[in-house]
Amino acid sequence: MTLTFEDFPPGHFGTFGPRRVTREEILAFAAEFDPQPMHLDEEAAKRSMLKGLSASGWHLCSIMMRMMFDGYIGRTASLGSPGVNELRWLAPLRPGDDLTLDIDVAEARVSRSRPETGIVTFKGVVRNAAGQVLCEMVSPIIVQRRANIAAEQAG
Amino acid sequence: MRFFEDIEIGQRRELGSFTFTADLIKKFAAQFDPQRFHLDEEEGRKSLFGGLAASGWHVGSVCMKLLVAEGQRQAKEALARGEKIAIWGPSPGFRELRWIKPVLAGDTISFASEIESLRSSDSRPEWGILQARNTGTNQRGELVFSLLATAFVPRRNARS
Repeated sequence: MTLTFEDFPPGHFGTFGPRRVTREEILAFAAEFDPQPMHLDEEAAKRSMLKGLSASGWHLCSIMMRMMFDGYIGRTASLGSPGVNELRWLAPLRPGDDLTLDIDVAEARVSRSRPETGIVTFKGVVRNAAGQVLCEMVSPIIVQRRANIAAEQAG
Repeated sequence: MRFFEDIEIGQRRELGSFTFTADLIKKFAAQFDPQRFHLDEEEGRKSLFGGLAASGWHVGSVCMKLLVAEGQRQAKEALARGEKIAIWGPSPGFRELRWIKPVLAGDTISFASEIESLRSSDSRPEWGILQARNTGTNQRGELVFSLLATAFVPRRNARS
């Protein structure tokens, strides 16, 4: 069953994961997109503000995207996202950690310019296995309304 | 990389450009964002994007890639001049990320970074904190990506 705008009332939506993140993944992403020593080199990372090897923040964001996809976006009539209001990296993602994603619907409203769609603003919180918050994000997506999907299927 | 003292509001750095090929778009999407319009040309054409579109997280990650490469070029130049190298700290986050227009297969995006604010860190006196507006512009001169990033930057005379 495809999820539509009506399936996202404000409040807690769901908890997703756990998702294990390996050292190999962290090094591979960093080598391609963020080759700073704190993401690539154990010794340099120990001397950094983060005091040990940690994943690129963009890697964490990308993993969060995949967890959202696997959790609900993959079966949502989503038309994409216009952006991210705010994203905070609060603690480092270490090799071998297990991530859990909590999703709340912060706001859901029908689009004024395209009333066959709605704008659902999610708040996502990623925690590690110890329950420490690593990352918080507030981001809207555009979702089709149920009547619009029904009309498409009928048409 | 530069030290906090060398940075001024309004300074702009061109970070270079990156071409998002269909193969690269699909490879990133398969791993991190397998929505149909990021994986398949036909699905992309049917979507709001009007073609195979890069994941927004791919665009952001490439911006980071070019920021790091520019920092490494600056470090090499500083080293060649016999100067001390500034190693930047981690970022506490960003605001106002906008995926303004889709990045479609074959688009070449030029990225730039402009300093918007500077302040000292209360809790970490050896560091300064900057905000930079990082942007991406396509080959037609259209702004496609923008975000306001925050980063810790070392002060020149801090003990390391």
